[in-house]
Amino acid sequence: MKRRSMKSLAETISKQVEHFNQTEVECLIVEFNALLGEPTSPGRAATGLERGKFRSILHNIFGITNDTMVDRVFRTFDKDNDGVVNTKEWIEGLSVFLRGTVDERIKHCFYVYDFNGDNNISREEMFHMMKDSFHRLSTEEDPDEGIKDLVEMTLKKMDHDHDGRLSLTDFEHSVREDNLLLEVFGTCLPDPMRIETFEQHVFQELK
Amino acid sequence: MDNQLLSQCLKEIDGQVGLDPAAVRNEVELLKLLCSEGEKRVLKSVRYTSDYVFPNGCRTPPWRQALNEICYLVIEPCDTETLHITCSTAGYFLNGGIKQEGEESGYERTSDTYEDLEALLKSTSPHFAENTNKQESAVQELPSTQEIQHVKSVDAKEQGQPKLTMQDVLSTRYKNNFELFPLWRTLEYRCGFGKAKENTFSLSESSGEEKSGKIQKRTTGMGAKPKVKAGFSVSSLPGCMSSRKIEAEKKKLSESSGEEKSGKIQNRTTGMGAKPKVKAGFSVSSLPGRMSSRKIKTPAVAVPVDAFSETSDESSEEEEPARRQDSNTAETPEYYLIQKLVKYLTHGNQMVTVLTLYHMMDLNLMQEACQLAIWDLGGLQVLINLLDTVEYKCKIGSLRILRIISHNVHIRRAIVDMRGLKGIVKTLDSPIKQLKALAAETIANVARFHKARRNVRRYDGITKLVKLLDYFPNLAKMTGYQENDVDVALYGALALWSCSKSTKNKEAICKAGGIPQLGRLLKSPDENMRIAVVGTLQECASEESCRMAIQTKDMIKDLLKNLRSDNDELQIHCASAIFKCAEDKQTRDLVPMYKGLQLLVSLLSKADNKELLAAVTGAIWKCSISMENMAKFQDYNTMETLVGLLIDQPEEVLVNVVGALGEFAQIPANKTTILKCGGIRSLMKLLKKTNQMLLVNISKVVGACATDMDCMAIIDELDGVRLVWSLLKNSSADVQSSAAWALCPCIMNAKDSGDLVHSLLGALDLVVELLESTNNEVVVSMCAVIAKIAIVKENMAILADLGVIQLLTKLASTTDDKLRRHLADAVCQCCMWGDNRTAFGEAVAPLVRFLKSKDEAVLQSTALALFELSWNPHNIITMHERGVVKPLIECMHSRNETLQDAAAGCVRNMRMMANANRDARLYK
Repeated sequence: MKRRSMKSLAETISKQVEHFNQTEVECLIVEFNALLGEPTSPGRAATGLERGKFRSILHNIFGITNDTMVDRVFRTFDKDNDGVVNTKEWIEGLSVFLRGTVDERIKHCFYVYDFNGDNNISREEMFHMMKDSFHRLSTEEDPDEGIKDLVEMTLKKMDHDHDGRLSLTDFEHSVREDNLLLEVFGTCLPDPMRIETFEQHVFQELK
Repeated sequence: MDNQLLSQCLKEIDGQVGLDPAAVRNEVELLKLLCSEGEKRVLKSVRYTSDYVFPNGCRTPPWRQALNEICYLVIEPCDTETLHITCSTAGYFLNGGIKQEGEESGYERTSDTYEDLEALLKSTSPHFAENTNKQESAVQELPSTQEIQHVKSVDAKEQGQPKLTMQDVLSTRYKNNFELFPLWRTLEYRCGFGKAKENTFSLSESSGEEKSGKIQKRTTGMGAKPKVKAGFSVSSLPGCMSSRKIEAEKKKLSESSGEEKSGKIQNRTTGMGAKPKVKAGFSVSSLPGRMSSRKIKTPAVAVPVDAFSETSDESSEEEEPARRQDSNTAETPEYYLIQKLVKYLTHGNQMVTVLTLYHMMDLNLMQEACQLAIWDLGGLQVLINLLDTVEYKCKIGSLRILRIISHNVHIRRAIVDMRGLKGIVKTLDSPIKQLKALAAETIANVARFHKARRNVRRYDGITKLVKLLDYFPNLAKMTGYQENDVDVALYGALALWSCSKSTKNKEAICKAGGIPQLGRLLKSPDENMRIAVVGTLQECASEESCRMAIQTKDMIKDLLKNLRSDNDELQIHCASAIFKCAEDKQTRDLVPMYKGLQLLVSLLSKADNKELLAAVTGAIWKCSISMENMAKFQDYNTMETLVGLLIDQPEEVLVNVVGALGEFAQIPANKTTILKCGGIRSLMKLLKKTNQMLLVNISKVVGACATDMDCMAIIDELDGVRLVWSLLKNSSADVQSSAAWALCPCIMNAKDSGDLVHSLLGALDLVVELLESTNNEVVVSMCAVIAKIAIVKENMAILADLGVIQLLTKLASTTDDKLRRHLADAVCQCCMWGDNRTAFGEAVAPLVRFLKSKDEAVLQSTALALFELSWNPHNIITMHERGVVKPLIECMHSRNETLQDAAAGCVRNMRMMANANRDARLYK
């Protein structure tokens, strides 16, 4: 990409996206392009990171390893649902990922956990996210039993309006009470150490 | 050759043995366990007659080994006389009492032969029989022990050593030592951290192998009711679990104990009527984290079943009287909830772990039952292990629980015993502030006893904690500071406070540069922070190296500023920091600069808070060591207030008040003030206390006041001399010497002091006795007292009878100036009477050496003593031989007239004698 076109792109994006200034956006674009690498199929320029590439980025750079979560995070990044994360989506996503406010993070997590997009996390969704969470549990005991129990307990605590499912308000309420609940149903944000490493790596030229 | 023959012989004997030495040894070891302390003990003592063990395990002399005798025992039962027992391959029997080896008559058998020791003891000691039966009855319904044996050997491989009752222990005697260790391991194993698995195996296997046939034989014939067994183990639990609970436990254990072994269990337990699982339940149920009892070498077997694992438990505690108040962890719904949560914690992935930790926060974590349940159910170990993971959310969750439950004494100990501090200290390095704060807070709670504090230091925790103080924002640029940062620093300070109670930690804090950091935090607007900081500082102030760092201008200023706060706790710590620091002159001079003296005096009015009063009076005491300060104190009428505090105060306060009065009494005018306020009277009453520090201080005041005739009159009237004299009987050398110093002016100034001393029964004996004390200060003070006593002829005569001359002569070889001075004084005074001058003949030569001293006081006393001695011609000859003249002439150069006179007098006497000698020769 040409230097000038990148500058203008960075300028437009930085106006739309919070938390990053223009130079930082530039750095992120550079990083994006680096991650994009050579187009997979020659002739057709890649418009963005496709699912597989994004998965390995999440895996290696941000330490998000659970397949379900990786999938869901991809969907939150890929706002226009075209199967690739383009430059703008990348920077928008990272804005939350790296520097998101508590509110933004809560929303991000909530949408990750809300599979069917009905603005509620249902029992079934929780169960789905927690399946395979137990290992080495007894042969005699049904592993699902424990998960079901845990889901009920969790729901009981977090469902403030008692409608049997978690709305965004419920979720927000709980997380504000106890920030440990932010990623309660699975890691979908990078941890502080990884954020620091990534920022250092990407923004090193600025320092 | 002889050796060869002997060992060959021994081998042969060995071959014939039926009851082998190992079996005997085990039986004896077991009996030794029964000799526990307390009412419930069964035997007083069990011991061998000989400590030497032959290679074949026998303790008898070889010629007796030939008769198949293995060893001799001396057992003291509680009710009958001492039993002398021979253990031979044929069995046990009483002998005629072997007192000395080689005395053949003692070896004879005087009773029937019994198959085992227990039977013998039962037949001879009704008490023993009764107690063992009692314990047996509790176990009667156990499954046949033969079966237990089977299971046990398998079982041991699975989960370590099950806890057993008296009877079981008797039958499986060797396993005692391993008992609790594998249990602990098992816990780890169960928690899915099976690092120690192999360990457990090897240990318990070895214990299993030792099994001897005899044991099995003896314990057959008991009813086989496995259920009761489970019931028994329940009773050993703190929280009496129902059998339902056992079922659950059972299940879990058998599951977690690994499939690969289960087949084996099945094989080996055939022939046993009961289900193998019962066994599993058994050991699980007695599992609850009793790790701390690992240390105990002698499990309280003699104590009836119920208290089995509890009583002996924490007996080796040093600082906190930790004894678990058990048996009220009733089977609450919460208990099951905890059990479930711990299970999730153990088996869940990271997500479940965080979620479970979240739910655990809902438990009533401040409640002891809940805390202990978490521990007992293995949760504590899991929480600690979580700190080793990389997942910061798990760590946060875990520490949030640990910091709360660590308020419990037992949990604290358990955390340390599980080496939990290592992980916690390591967490201080985390870049996440919340984690740092949590870890520091937990350390603040845990480091309440010595071992914990040592561990924190060993893991380099002190340095890390000091680093946390950096997080406190620089007040100059408060912008951009976060609440988090303050928290980190606050908990860091709190943790340091806890740690600072160990001497080495104080040094470590100082070394890590903690003192200036703490000084910076003294300016914090947060009162809690200041309390923690001042608390740490005042702890550290007891170390000289730390004091040096504290004594900066600013810190004293800030301490005094905080002393003005209206928070009692803060005031207490500030005052005691000043108390400790004012040992050094620099601080003493700084305190008045910031109007500290006035402040301290004004705080004396807060007499209700004894702790504060103690600290404040201490600070006044130390500050008054400087004369300038004392003058200021006098302006504030401090002495009157202090004298008022001599009545109805706790000893901590009294020590300091009296100490301060001791300083004030250095000035003559103040003695009258003390007298006028009735101080002497109060002090005399306090002489009956036992606090040694207090007695030392009282002696000092009394000694100082006794130089004032008015005061002395009152002391006399109140029989004070006798009271002070009786302090010489105190065991503390400090008290002895300070009392002796106080006696000197008393003897000088008391009315009819000669009669007084004479009338005190045994008083002079005591003085002479203490002259042989190993403490130099005591000896010095006794010399001083003797110098005063010897003024009265009759008393001197008694002293001489008690051999004081010889003792003083013996002391003359000293090189200590202080002792030399007072010794010379004593010699000088003694010489005044009778033929003591002659008696001191041997002391002359060493006394001449005293003249080499640079100390003028020594020179003066020595010169005086030599002058007295020089009235005896033999002494003069000795002096002359030792070259006394030259130093004496030097002494005459001195400006000290007494010294001049004495030296000159001595030389004069020498000349006189020389002249007389010459005359005698001339006019013969």
